[in-house]
Amino acid sequence: MDSTSDILTLAFGASVLYLLYQMRSFRKFLGAAGFRIELGIKVLRRLHHLPRRRRWFLDQLFTSGIMNVHVVLLVGLFVGMILSLQMGIELARYGQQDQIGVIVAASMAREMGPFITAVILAATVGSALAAEIGTMSVADELSALEVLSVDKVSFLVLPRVVALAIIAPFLTVLCNTIGILGGGFVAGSQLHVGWGLYMDSAIQALRTTGEVIQLPKDVFAGLFKASVFGGIVAIISCSCGLKAKGGALGVGRATSHAVRDSIIAVIVANYFLTWILYQN
Amino acid sequence: MPSDADTLIRLEGVHKSFGDQHILRGLSFDVRRGQCLGVMGGSGSGKSVTLRHVIGLLQPDAGRVVVDGQDMAQTSEADLAALRRRMGYVFQESALINWLTVAENLALPLEETTDLKPAEISDRVAHTLGLVHIPDAADKFPNEISGGMKKRVGLARALITQPEIVLYDEPNAGLDPRISRSINALIRELSDTLEVTSLVVEHRIDCLKAVADEVIFMHAGVALVREPIETFFDPDEPKLKEFLGV
Repeated sequence: MDSTSDILTLAFGASVLYLLYQMRSFRKFLGAAGFRIELGIKVLRRLHHLPRRRRWFLDQLFTSGIMNVHVVLLVGLFVGMILSLQMGIELARYGQQDQIGVIVAASMAREMGPFITAVILAATVGSALAAEIGTMSVADELSALEVLSVDKVSFLVLPRVVALAIIAPFLTVLCNTIGILGGGFVAGSQLHVGWGLYMDSAIQALRTTGEVIQLPKDVFAGLFKASVFGGIVAIISCSCGLKAKGGALGVGRATSHAVRDSIIAVIVANYFLTWILYQN
Repeated sequence: MPSDADTLIRLEGVHKSFGDQHILRGLSFDVRRGQCLGVMGGSGSGKSVTLRHVIGLLQPDAGRVVVDGQDMAQTSEADLAALRRRMGYVFQESALINWLTVAENLALPLEETTDLKPAEISDRVAHTLGLVHIPDAADKFPNEISGGMKKRVGLARALITQPEIVLYDEPNAGLDPRISRSINALIRELSDTLEVTSLVVEHRIDCLKAVADEVIFMHAGVALVREPIETFFDPDEPKLKEFLGV
C-alpha cells in the first residue's frame, strides 16, 4: 500500500513538474512569437526609411541573392529530378507518364520552389543574419546604437527584411525553372517522355490564370509565398540575433534557433497561405 | 551638499541584481554640473553597471536614477532618446560597428540624429579624429586598427555629438602612457573649458589624479568612500586602504 502511494505521489510530482516545464516553455514561446510579430510591425511602420538604408539594402540583396544562386540551382535541379522520377514511376504503371510535365511544373511552382528557396535562405542567410546581429549584441554594439539614439530596427532589421522579401521570389523563379528542366531531363532519359511533350504539358499547367487576378495563378501564388517566406526568415533571424546574449555560446544558440524557428514558421505559414490562395 | 539646480546626475538607493547576484545594494551619489567624478572599485563591484543605469541601458530593481531632473525609468522613449543625445558613452570594449569604417562610425550619430550636411559631418569627423590623435584612421575598418586606436575611436564617437555629459568606462585601458596622458588632458579640458559633466570609471590612479575632481570608491554595491582627489589616496577607510595597498 505504501509503495503504491509512493509511486502515485512520485507520478503526481513528476506530472506537476512536467506541466510547469511545459508552461514555462509555452510562455517562452509566446514571448518570442510576440517579439517577432512586434518586430514585423515595426519594420512595416518604417518602410519609408528604406531610401536612407539603400546601401545596406543593396548589400543584403547581393549577399542573400547572388551569393546563393548556385545553391538554389543545385538543390532545385535535384528536387525537380526527384519529383519527376518518383511521380513518373507511378504514372508509368497506368500509362500516364505523358502527364509528368504537369505534375513537376505545378509542384515546383506551387510548393517546392518557394519552400526549398525559403529553407536555403534560412540555412544560409538566416543563420548569417542571426550570427552577425548576435555578435553585435554580445559585443555591446547594439547597446552603442541605443546610446547613440540610432533606431536599431530601421538601421539593422529593415534593409535585411526587405532585401530577403524581394530576393526570395527571384531565387524561386530560378529554382522553379531549373527544377522543371531537371524533371524534363529525367522524363526523357528514364521515363522515355519526349522533351517537347514534357515541356508543352509543363507550360500548359502553368498557364492557368486566377479568377481575380488574370495572371498564371500557380506561378504568382508561389512567388507571393516566396516573398512572405523571405520576410519571415529575415524577421525571425534578426529577432534571434537581437536577443542573443552570453558570448559565443549565445551567438551559436541564436543561430541554431534562427534556422529551426524559420523553417517551422515557413511550414506553418505555407499551410495558411495555401489555404487562403487555393481554398476555392 | 549641492543644490538640486547644481546636480545633473543623481542615484538614490539603486539596487540591481542579475539572477542571484546582487550587484548594486542601495547605491547613492550625485554628480554636479561640470564636475568630473571618478569611480574606483574592485572587479565586479558594479562600476560599469552604474554607468549603464545612468545612460538608461539598465533599469534599477529599486531606487531611482535621475538625470537632469528626469527619472530614467519613468521617462518616455522619445524623452530618453532626447536625453541620450546630450550624453556620450565610452564603452570598455569600444563597441564600434565592425562593418562601418572609422569615419562612418563617427558620422553615424550625426547622420541619424542631426540635420547637418554631409560636408559639415565630414569636417566634424576629421576634427574629432584629430582630437584623439588618429587623423589617418578615417578609412580603416575597426578590425584593421589596434585595440588602443579602437579605444580612441570609441572616445571620438562619444565626443562627436558635443555632449553635455560623458560617461567613460575605463578610457585608458589598452593605451600607451603617452596617448593615455593626452586622452586624460582631453577629458580634463572638456570638463574645464566646456563644462562637460563626466563620470569616469577607472582603475588607474594616474588617470584619476589627472582628470577627477572627486572620486568615489565602490565596494559591495555601495559608494563606500567619496573624497576630493587631493585626499582620496590618503584614506582612513580600511577597505580602500587594502584596495590601494597603502
